[in-house]
Amino acid sequence: MLPAEILSLPTPASIAAWDPEALAGASLECGGLVLWTTPEKLAALCRFLKEQRSFVRLVAVTCIDRYPLEPRFEVVYMLHSIERNERLRIKVAVPSANAVVPSVCSVWAGANWYEREVWDMFGVRFEGHPDLRRILMPDYWQGHPLRKDFPVHGHKYSYKDE
Amino acid sequence: MNPTDTAMDRRLEELEPASPGSPRRMVLNMGPQHPSTHGVLRVILELDGEIVTRAQPDIGYLHTGIEKQAEDLGWQQVVTITDRMDYLANLSNNLAYVLPVEKLLQIEIPPKAQWMRVLLAELSRINSHVVWLGTHALDLGAMTVFFYCFREREELLRIFEMFSGQRMMTSYIRIGGLALEPPRGWDRAVRNFVRGLPEKVDEYEALLKENPIFLKRTKGVAHVSLDRLLDLGVTGPMIRAAGLAWDIRKAEPYSSYDKFDFRIPVEQESDVYARFLVRLEEIRQSARIVEQALDGMPEGPWKADAPRVVLPDREKMKTQMEALIYHFKIVTEGVHVPPGEAYVPVESPRGEIGFYVVSDGGTKPWRVFMRTPSFGNLQALPAMFEGKLIADTIAALGSMDFVLGDVDR
Repeated sequence: MLPAEILSLPTPASIAAWDPEALAGASLECGGLVLWTTPEKLAALCRFLKEQRSFVRLVAVTCIDRYPLEPRFEVVYMLHSIERNERLRIKVAVPSANAVVPSVCSVWAGANWYEREVWDMFGVRFEGHPDLRRILMPDYWQGHPLRKDFPVHGHKYSYKDE
Repeated sequence: MNPTDTAMDRRLEELEPASPGSPRRMVLNMGPQHPSTHGVLRVILELDGEIVTRAQPDIGYLHTGIEKQAEDLGWQQVVTITDRMDYLANLSNNLAYVLPVEKLLQIEIPPKAQWMRVLLAELSRINSHVVWLGTHALDLGAMTVFFYCFREREELLRIFEMFSGQRMMTSYIRIGGLALEPPRGWDRAVRNFVRGLPEKVDEYEALLKENPIFLKRTKGVAHVSLDRLLDLGVTGPMIRAAGLAWDIRKAEPYSSYDKFDFRIPVEQESDVYARFLVRLEEIRQSARIVEQALDGMPEGPWKADAPRVVLPDREKMKTQMEALIYHFKIVTEGVHVPPGEAYVPVESPRGEIGFYVVSDGGTKPWRVFMRTPSFGNLQALPAMFEGKLIADTIAALGSMDFVLGDVDR
């Protein structure tokens, strides 16, 4: 299923040796390695990559909304190993009906704010997050602004009437 | 962000209730209009006497939805809003945005444009660091340095204005090269500036390095271990002040940084003073890079030969049919970027900045995620505050050197 030229790279090869089911897909995007995994395997895979493959840095967590396609969301984890100067993106496909992924805060403390941001902007919940509140928008805000069905202009308020 | 939450009692309940018999703790609101929070940062501090027992940063007061706006602008137009994120290092932001887009477009940037980009990115690093030095020293009670640093900044803003017509929102680095041809006499202006700079940095160093008040307030203050910093996602000078010689300009060179000779300053103590030393040395190294760029500036075009992306010269447009057609297509339709995604890390004055750009093949980005250094660095705030004196929080905040526009986007 996975392209052979990617499986020959050291990091995907080591993941395949550790747990072949953790890899749901792989591709090279403009020279950047992208690996797909499932929500069930995510936390274990992240722990493996941090502890065995020296990906000590979680660069960021973000999300892409593929509306109107399903599964709608792609949650993206950008990892970096300073030791081997290697970068990697882990992706998880999340359907809109059940937009939940496990939190990786216990693996990297720095995931905390990034996961809050994804919750705030896309409405993807992170199970096991210690403090999942909105981070940029006000607490009373309704909706998730970076979703594609959220308008750029004229949300809720009509300034013309004022 | 929670602007309506002015009642401190509610906040107190949210924090852990004090155990019976222990003294009642005080909750203090700091910001969002506190002069030393450098913008609109709000921190809720829980105090036990003068010791901070808990600190909760509250951000979002400067959130302007830049990522959402980017999805509604053409590829080239997005450059203008990247200026407004980190308003002290606009050119680093411009550069960080155009690199992944150029990767998707697979266009070759001519050497002169690459060297100009390096030169401008280093000038904006100097700009950012002198503003940091001035305000940091001012926070700690040294007013003279502030005036000196803003004198330097004024000269830099004049140089940026000379290039782009704008002092701060330059938008000078564009997809495919630069926005305009470098103006006549730019090299003399830049050389005059960098020639005098190392001497002036020595002067600032003399004002602060052995100043007993400054030493008392910075040495050993806000220490966080390297492992903890990495775990929290901190990048840039704070990591280098904790003993790790990691700089993206060396590790993953972009825009021909590999052709320049410079040193990565490293300190071991990971306190406010170490961060001061690292940034001060970075100003000197940046001046070195600028001098090298001036001496070895290649000849040739300053924008790429990519007619579908870069606007043609006026002269060509008036004489060549194809140039006119391309001009018309770019202006009316916009630039088409092939589907895909790209991420290029860039060393901004504050750490790793990178734009994760996703295209669906259209003339507007599908998604632009901005990995900003200030957002990652600010997560280390509780680690720096907790268990320390409240008076040290000001020094700790200054040493993090964040820009709230960069945090909130």
